[in-house]
Amino acid sequence: MQELNGEKTAKAKKERTPMPEQPAEERRKNFYEVALGYTKEDALVEASRCLSCKEPKCVEGCPVNVDIPGFIKLVCEEDFAGAIEKIKGTNALPAICGRVCPQETQCESLCVLGKKGQPVAIGRLERFCADYERQQGVKVPEIPEPSGKKVAVVGSGPAGLTAAADLAKLGHKVTVFESLHKAGGVLSYGIPEFRLPKETVRQEVEYIKQLGVEFKPNYIIGRIKTLDDLCDEFDAVFLGTGAGLPSFMGIPGENFNGVYSANEFLTRVNLMKAYDPEYDTRVRLGKHVVVVGGGNVAMDAARSALRLGAEEVSIVYRRGEDEMPARREEIEHAKEEGITFRLLTNPVRILGDEKFNATAVECIKMELGEPDKSGRRSPVPVEGSEFTIPADVVVIAIGTSPNPMIFKGSEGLDQNKRGTVVADEETGATSKCGVFAGGDVVTGAATVISAMGAGKKAAKAIDEYLKEQ
Amino acid sequence: MAYKILKKEEIAPSVHRMVIDAPDVAKAAKAGQFIILRIDEKGERIPLTIADFDKGEGTVNIIFQEMGKTTKQLAKFSAGEFLEDFVGPLGTPADVRKLGTVILVGGGVGVAPAYPLAKAYSEAGNKVISIIGARNKDLLILEDEMKDASSELYIATDDGSKGHHGFVTDIMKQILDSGEEVARVVIIGPPIMMKVGAGVASPYDVEILVSLNSIMVDGTGMCGGCRVTVDGKTRFTCVDGPEFDARKVDFVELMNRLAMYRGEEAKAVEKYEEKCRCGLH
Repeated sequence: MQELNGEKTAKAKKERTPMPEQPAEERRKNFYEVALGYTKEDALVEASRCLSCKEPKCVEGCPVNVDIPGFIKLVCEEDFAGAIEKIKGTNALPAICGRVCPQETQCESLCVLGKKGQPVAIGRLERFCADYERQQGVKVPEIPEPSGKKVAVVGSGPAGLTAAADLAKLGHKVTVFESLHKAGGVLSYGIPEFRLPKETVRQEVEYIKQLGVEFKPNYIIGRIKTLDDLCDEFDAVFLGTGAGLPSFMGIPGENFNGVYSANEFLTRVNLMKAYDPEYDTRVRLGKHVVVVGGGNVAMDAARSALRLGAEEVSIVYRRGEDEMPARREEIEHAKEEGITFRLLTNPVRILGDEKFNATAVECIKMELGEPDKSGRRSPVPVEGSEFTIPADVVVIAIGTSPNPMIFKGSEGLDQNKRGTVVADEETGATSKCGVFAGGDVVTGAATVISAMGAGKKAAKAIDEYLKEQ
Repeated sequence: MAYKILKKEEIAPSVHRMVIDAPDVAKAAKAGQFIILRIDEKGERIPLTIADFDKGEGTVNIIFQEMGKTTKQLAKFSAGEFLEDFVGPLGTPADVRKLGTVILVGGGVGVAPAYPLAKAYSEAGNKVISIIGARNKDLLILEDEMKDASSELYIATDDGSKGHHGFVTDIMKQILDSGEEVARVVIIGPPIMMKVGAGVASPYDVEILVSLNSIMVDGTGMCGGCRVTVDGKTRFTCVDGPEFDARKVDFVELMNRLAMYRGEEAKAVEKYEEKCRCGLH
């Protein structure tokens, strides 16, 4: 066995150990997880590729600075419990990060091995450790001495969960307010089951509860209480309310039945489980589905529509594939499953029948012009190139902005023009005393891990702020 | 979380009133707002207008008619049982202030949200003329409550079994024609009634408001399923409403959007009733 492993290791050195996956033909018909996770053997082979750099670049690429070589070394030693403990020292949600972090642009992009071959599959190893722990039964964390300070966390998405976990570990009494009936924010309503099983999210939330964090679901700040009320009742407040307000295109026909925001479509499918006939929530099952947008959310919506039984699903995106903000892996998965990519194409209106149902999307061809502010070449319509795509379901996945609900009835919180909260990049401190913010509510729609990074920094800053009080 | 049903009564055939123990919602509730509830883990989230609230007792009243699968299932619940989720108050509170004379028109279960409005307008010092109606006298709800909360109360039934034989909007027109100076008309009921009512009141120099009940999931502006065209612009019923200027609402679109899941809803009801017959529920 030793020898066999050695041989395998040598062969695998340049190339990373592949992730076992459900075959595309099968998975496009079900909502089970696409990536199946490393076996112990896979993990040992992959971990052995790590060079344990003295000055690890990968750690710098991680928004929450996980001790990557440290945990991989423990994996090599088959001390998986030690490895997960090491990860959890800085990352409260490893099972989630191991699945949805864009490692290719973060830790893995800086891995030395990546210069000549493929970088160590850090994300897959992280997931392996987290899943190993969950199979064994998660260790109940030690609850520290209470500090006597109370912190309110608004929103239970990745930013809020991370801030809550870190603050609880520092001994503060944390209450998390969530407007929906389930904790997790975008992890629960947005990211589909086949990419992030909801049981995984539930278990991560459970772990945070065990740290002593209290969750108040069905509790809307801005309606039941204002931000000002929270400032009075708590020693500090963290806002992690995300970017929950969907953008529409403002084109004719957008209100026809069958046209959804990605938020609505995904919430119906993920949070409300519309794909399961045992659940009461419905979603229109399209034969021909058009998803507008090029981000991860667009991929999630398209792949969900396919699994709901659509005959044809197209992604309509106004720029080219290189400009798509979605993760490479998600684009590849979508293609493997048979999603049609209609690039350099922009919808101009949605057509409907006399019963107010969407029937088609009229699009126009685009060509790339000069780079815009984001550095991406901006698309310009090609005159006279209009054509229609049949569509009984259209999902608009062109972005979201912060939900202004949280600002109702409170004063002194500076926002910028896009509706995001102005907050210090390092501390999350806002213009309102004792109020910190992080994640999408500050940056606009971004990634799970960047929100977690912001939650982490804010927790540290809140702890310092509370000590000064 | 679980929310206890403290009281339940059938106030008209297939129309039920429930008193729910929800202190956080009750404390913050204002007239014109609504809640979203979910019966159990597999249930859908449905919006229902707040029919009354008691801040002292920490209770919120809801009134619903058995229509779809969820309301039929809800009707089977009894006092002492629990609802899985009950979230609110949602929506922008009604713009209640002293205006002079206000006409409140409520049709069918639309009388339920009209009741807290009648109380609020009266408390704000208005003369409140309420007109309530139903298909027949048995389906008429909250007559006594509306009488207490209003300066004047008129009743209309489609079959003439009580009050005026005809529509609530007929009475509204008579009052508007009588020369009484009316500052505002608020119409709440089925969309077709609100559309007709808005049409009848439009020629008069009076503000006309309607309170919409759209299909929605979260009720906080996140899904956009409740979008409605008002004055040519897309608005969200859940956060921009539910109250809108009746003259500017695209009622045809509203009615079409409300019909979006009608086919699926009918199938769900059929399936549910089949299960009930088999004694599975």
